[in-house]
Amino acid sequence: MKHLYKFMVIALLGILLAACSTESPGSSSEDTESGDSGEGNGDISIGMSISTLNNPFFVSLRDGAESAAEEAGYDITTVDAQDDAAKQVNDIEDLLQQDIDVLLVNPTDSAAVVSAIESANSEGVPVVTVDRTADGGDVVTHIASDNVAGGEMAAEFIVEEVGEEADVVELEGIPGASATRERGKGFHNIVDEKEGLEIVASQAANFNRSEGLTVMENIIQGTDSIDVVFAHNDEMALGAVEALEAQSMLDSVTVVGFDAIEDARTAVSEGRMDATVAQQPDLIGEEAISAVTSIMNDEELEEFIPVELQLVTE
Amino acid sequence: MKKFIMSNLSRLGPLLGLILIMIVLGFASDNFFTLDNILNLLRQVSINALIAFGMTFVILTGGIDLSVGSMLAFGSALTAGVLASGMDPILGVLIGLMAGLAMGAFNGVVITKGKVAPFIATLATMTIFRGATLVYTEGRPITGLSDSFTFEMIGKGYVFGVPFPAILMIGVFFVLFFILHKTVFGRKVYAIGGNEEASVLSGIKADRVKIGVYALTGMLSVLAGIILTSRLNSAQPTAGTMYELDAIAAVVLGGTSLAGGRGRIVGTLIGALIIGVLDNGLNLMNVSSFYQQIVKGGVILLAVLLDRRSK
Repeated sequence: MKHLYKFMVIALLGILLAACSTESPGSSSEDTESGDSGEGNGDISIGMSISTLNNPFFVSLRDGAESAAEEAGYDITTVDAQDDAAKQVNDIEDLLQQDIDVLLVNPTDSAAVVSAIESANSEGVPVVTVDRTADGGDVVTHIASDNVAGGEMAAEFIVEEVGEEADVVELEGIPGASATRERGKGFHNIVDEKEGLEIVASQAANFNRSEGLTVMENIIQGTDSIDVVFAHNDEMALGAVEALEAQSMLDSVTVVGFDAIEDARTAVSEGRMDATVAQQPDLIGEEAISAVTSIMNDEELEEFIPVELQLVTE
Repeated sequence: MKKFIMSNLSRLGPLLGLILIMIVLGFASDNFFTLDNILNLLRQVSINALIAFGMTFVILTGGIDLSVGSMLAFGSALTAGVLASGMDPILGVLIGLMAGLAMGAFNGVVITKGKVAPFIATLATMTIFRGATLVYTEGRPITGLSDSFTFEMIGKGYVFGVPFPAILMIGVFFVLFFILHKTVFGRKVYAIGGNEEASVLSGIKADRVKIGVYALTGMLSVLAGIILTSRLNSAQPTAGTMYELDAIAAVVLGGTSLAGGRGRIVGTLIGALIIGVLDNGLNLMNVSSFYQQIVKGGVILLAVLLDRRSK
């Protein structure tokens, strides 16, 4: 009798262990269903998970996507993760419950979003990342601003403003960050080709306004002549403006920033800054919807779809 | 007779509320009453429910714990750190849970021996534990955890198709139900919340019970954090921010009095389900996230007002 008990307990444990898995139970059957969803254009439904709608950038991105979806006749459901990685995973699972055809994700965190993308993969739902990338999972394409082109745009503006003979200061972002690398690369693509444009100083101020100020102060002390300042973001550019103003050098120096934040736009319109490069979040949203159309038509997509930037000069 | 109906109505209030909300959502969205979604819902609820279970004990003693979200973050970062360094996942989980126990006990000691009001004490430790998390993680998410099957099971696993976090939640619920309603410890918790002075006079070591209750909450918060870490395959330094509010809301929705001494853990389970059902259902109905917060707050307010009336 005792042996029978033991046997039953062991057998039960065995069955329980065998039943353990990290695969979602519905995952294999789902694939066949999703095949027929691409037929009618009218009932294509899109799920979009945004990192936070507490930031005007992402609100414009959502608005761009929603109006483009409406135009194309797609249903779109938007959820807001409020910058909480855990809420984003829940949100995406809720979206997957509604049998969406495509998932658009703007990750709160590149690592934490992976498990949610994997659930979408196992349900056979194609995934497109927007503005921020994901560290894993199968992603059809990534849509974001073309920072390299933005850097080139800034450099071309400088050439136009001051000509091909000038001493240039470059304020770099956080070393190694993708924005630093890409914006710097685009800038150097143009500047390095012009022999007259000399980079007299190139230092990191970590995207930070107060560091932009102190780094610029030091550069002013250590450099004879400065004609142009290019900063990898507006915060640093505005810090540099303060430093230049204190030395009454602002009028003779051209300052170009990046991001077109509110303060920078004001500074540009007041003439304290000369230009800033603006991302176009609404256009990113629109591109996301045209990517959906391509996916539904089984068209091949590039791994990365760059979205144009815009120069703000007044 | 009228009294009998009224008292039972107030006991059943949260459950009726839950059923009502579910029926409404069921009509509003075709995808609500699918088995997949119900299982999905249970997994989402488990995190808040585990924290809220601990919070129930704390609130029953007349206290409050605002530091649960920060303890969750620290425990999850610690566990992730141990895992990322290549140690055994079970060891990592145990270290995390022990840290939760220690943090919670620290709360309890400050409150009882330091005679600090629970609201202030845990407000301070909320900031301290969050700061400690940021120091430990250097403000960055911890990734690159091991591919251990055991650890993945905790947050992402299924047993017979039922999400493991849901099973964990129900298992913990039964253990805590037993502790609260069938043990001396549970009776002491109610006694302290009802009238602390009287309970001390009758020989209950109130301080010990309270420290135990806060320690339990710390451990349950970290358990929730470990589930989160497994689901996200990373530990976020900002994880659990504002989770104390959802946990307190679940307890209050479940009919537990913030004054202490009165309430049940079943109510908390239902309260957590109500919050989870609202989050899930409003998402399914494509309600804008801005309105979602108004609806959620409105439901909590309504529940508390109805609760006041029935007394």
